[in-house]
This record gives sequence, structure tokens and C-alpha cells, in this order.
Amino acid sequence: MEAAVDPFFFRLTIFVLAIFVGYHVVWAVTPALHTPLMSVTNAISSVIIVGALIAAGPEGMDLSGILGFVAVTLAAINIFGGFAVTQRMLEMFRRKDGARGQDP
Amino acid sequence: MTADLAALAYLVAAVCFILALKGLSAPGSSRRGNLVGMIGMVIAVAVTIADPSVMSYWWIAGGLVVGGAIGTAIAFNIRMTAMPQLVAAFHSLVGLAAVLVAAAALYSPEAYGIVGADGTIRLASRIEMILGMAIGAITFSGSVVAFAKLQGLVSGAPMVFRGQHFLNLLIGAVMAAAGVWFAANGNADAFWIVAALAFLIGVTLIVPIGGADMPVVVSMLNSYSGWAAAGIGFTLENELLIITGALVGSSGAILSYIMCKGMNRSFVNVILGGFGGSGPVDTAAGQRKVNQGSADDAAFILQNARKAIIVPGYGMAVAQAQHALRDMADKLKDNGVEVAYAIHPVAGRMPGHMNVLLAEANIPYDEVFELEEINSQFSTADVAFVIGANDVCNPLAKTDPSCPIAGMPVLNAENAAAVMVVKRSLSPGYAGIDNPLFYRNNTMMLFADARKMVEDIVKRL
Repeated sequence: MEAAVDPFFFRLTIFVLAIFVGYHVVWAVTPALHTPLMSVTNAISSVIIVGALIAAGPEGMDLSGILGFVAVTLAAINIFGGFAVTQRMLEMFRRKDGARGQDP
Repeated sequence: MTADLAALAYLVAAVCFILALKGLSAPGSSRRGNLVGMIGMVIAVAVTIADPSVMSYWWIAGGLVVGGAIGTAIAFNIRMTAMPQLVAAFHSLVGLAAVLVAAAALYSPEAYGIVGADGTIRLASRIEMILGMAIGAITFSGSVVAFAKLQGLVSGAPMVFRGQHFLNLLIGAVMAAAGVWFAANGNADAFWIVAALAFLIGVTLIVPIGGADMPVVVSMLNSYSGWAAAGIGFTLENELLIITGALVGSSGAILSYIMCKGMNRSFVNVILGGFGGSGPVDTAAGQRKVNQGSADDAAFILQNARKAIIVPGYGMAVAQAQHALRDMADKLKDNGVEVAYAIHPVAGRMPGHMNVLLAEANIPYDEVFELEEINSQFSTADVAFVIGANDVCNPLAKTDPSCPIAGMPVLNAENAAAVMVVKRSLSPGYAGIDNPLFYRNNTMMLFADARKMVEDIVKRL
């Protein structure tokens, strides 16, 4: 193992471990909240906006800049819309006593 | 900001996203979780904008403001019954954004630092790029079709034609070949051929799947949008995107699995499509005797019950009967009746949809139970009140191994002392089969529009 490991394999490691984290966290989600789960995963997958920001970043507009700008706009729709609609749904969940509840 | 600091901030954002999902383990902690998720997103965007290579702030601000305004306006105006198509539409945007980012990286690889020693994009980056882009394109067009079906813009019926699977295989094979061509030399034409074919296959994969199988499709596209983000993350060498993509990808996959299990169908069976067409309907239906009741009868029986379990189906939401239902439950509770709701995993049009619809009508979530939690309680209930649901409480699933829904977990409504079914007619449900529950001696059919019937019952309580 003289040669340095290709950084790809570090990323692959992160990827595989993150799948396991996702697997365990998602199975713990209560089925009653599966719709908010979908809308919030939708919002966070729009973190692809970081790639779009870099494309839209350079001064002056070339083709990549335009693609980046459109992608920033699309991702922003998703981020704002996704988090807001999730919050709106979660606000609706109330217990019998009318409280929103702070369950263990 | 140094690259190290940025990487650290991305890690914090990734942890925020994990905590956002973890918060959803209970309604009480979910709102805080969602806020943590927002904080994570703000960190991710702020760190990226702070990067020295990002300079055209006005364009970015414009995109954020326009997109943010549209997104917020949609989020606050959408009806809860329309959540499945909204989520499908949102998925399509993630998919399209992935395609656009991949294309931007193709034309300006130097901006992302993915240029190899020979001045072209590195081989590994090309492979990751084409994979992420193809999944993104399939997510986009597939979600558009799912949206159109859920919104009723096109028929929800499965569109099947001969040679369909062969056509998909052919498109897939040509796409793979073009992908290899792109990976070999980074040719932009190859990139766009793959994109076009991926858009096409997204359509041809989803059109044969029927409207009521959309819960699985929407979950699956949720998963795809995650894998697309992860693919782009590999291309851009961005760990935050990789982690988030993996989280979202596994989440969608688990939801697809839960939905398939709720229908006792294999994932492959759903994806191959064609289910829920015009199956042979039991013609004996018309000749068998049913007990028909009125709102008066229903109100009398409900009032004298100790325990009533309500089984809502999507038909209830279509009739907008959930608020009337809440009024009915309130009156019953005032009369000392114990009320609970039984939710089948596929009761709505997407995972957990029915829970949201009930929550919107101010029905407390601690009166709402999942199938496994409540199914044993029907035998101790005096009334099972089935409203707008059919296949999810069809006892044939348990007794007839040859029927299309054999083995599907169903709610044991027939075990209640009395069963009331609010329905317009005896027409079969999505599975196209008759429901013996309707003809039982202890079943009373209430033929009417769900909302009107429930309102009539409320008046008589």
C-alpha cells in the first residue's frame, strides 16, 4: 500500500455508510409521518443546489452559467416549497388534548 | 473561507439533515427536526456562496428569490389531497436540476476541478456524471408522467401495449451503449443522446403503471432523486451531496418497500405495470342481497355503541368528507362512544397520506392507528364504519388465494359486531373484484355521497 488511495474510495465509503444511516433513521420514522418524510427528503435532496451555485458562480454568463442559474431557480422552488409544505403538514398533527405534543 | 472549513460546514449540514429525518420518529419532535433541516440547508448554501469562485451574486440572488417565492406560494396554497402530485412535481425539479448541473459540469469542468492531467474530464468523473445525469433525467420525465396521472391530466389507467418491455429494454441498451461512448471520450453528443433516451425511458417506464399504484411510483422516484443527487455528488466530489443523496435514496427505497408490502405485491410486479385495468368483475354481484340502511339507522346504531372504529379510504378524501367525519366523531365522543381510526398502509395516494388528511381535519393523531396496531381490536368494536374504502377491507384477501389481492394485509372490519359501509354503489374497487363484506348479515350499506351521508348522520346524533 505504497501508493495513495484514490479519493474516490473515501467517497464510496461515505456513500455506503450514509445509506446505512439512512436505512436506520428512516425505519424509525413513524408511519403517520411518511408523507412529511417524503416532502422533507425532497427538500434536502435539493441540496444539489450547491452544484448549481458553482455553475452559476463565475462572473459573466456562459452556457454553464445559464444552466446553473436555471438549476438554482428550480432547486430553490424545491427547497422553499419542500420545507414550507412539510412545516405546514407537521403543524396539523395534534393530540386529543389539542396540544401539538412533545413526545419522548 | 478555506476548503477545510467549507468541508467541515458541509459535515454540519449533513448532520442537520440526518437530525431532520430523525425528528420524524414522533410528531412532537418533527417540527424541530424540520427547522434543523432548514438550518442545514442555509449552511450548505451560505458556505457554497462564500466560495471564492462564486462571484455573480445577483444572478444567484435572482434565482433564489424567484424560486423561493414560487416554492413558498405553492407550499401555502396546495390542498392536502393534492400532496402526491406536488411531491411528484418536486421530484421532477430535482431530476431536472441534476441534469442541468451535470451539463454545466460537462461544459465548464474546470469550475468543478474535475479536469484530468490531459486537459479533459477525468474518466471516473465522466462515469459518475453520466450515471447521475441519466438517473436525474429518468426522475424528471417519470415524475412528470406520475404528476400528470395523479393530477388527472392523463388517464390513470395503465397504458399497456405489445412489446412494451422489449421497447424499454431496447432503449435501455442503446442508452447504455451511448453512456459507454461518453465515458470513453467525453463526447457532448453522446451526453445528450443519453439524456434524450433517459427522458424517453422515464416516460415509457411509468405509463404502464396504473393510477392507484402511484404510491409505489412516487416513493420510487423519491429514491431515484436521491441517487441522482448522490451521482452528481460523486461527479463534483462533494461529500454533502453524496451523504444527502444516500439518505434520500434509502428513504425512498424503504417507502417503496412498505407500499409494496401493503399491497402484497413485489416491486417488480408493480414496475412491470398493467395492474388494475378492467379485470373480470363478479357478475353475481347484482343478484346478491345487501342490507341497505339510512342515516337514521346509522345514527341510532352509532349512538348506542361503546366503541366505533372508522376505516377511511381515499374515497372519503375525494368526497371531502373528513371534516364532517370529525364532527361525527366529536358528537359520538360526547355521547361516550370510544372512537378510533384504522389506517391501511395504502389508504391514500402516497405513504402516510391519509394521516395528513385526517390531521388537516383536526383529528387527533393519538386516535389514529396503523393496521398492525388496531387490527385485533375490531373483534371488540361494536361498529366498523367504512367510508370510501373497499379493497383494504376485503376479506377475500384472506380466504381466496386466487384473487388479485390474495395475501394483501387487510383490515378485519368484518369482525366488528356491526359494519357500516358508506359508498355510492356496489362497484368494485381498484382491484376490480367484488367485496363479500358488503353482503354480510351484520353489514349495513349506506349508499350515498360520503360527505352528505356523514352530514346527515351528524344531524341525527
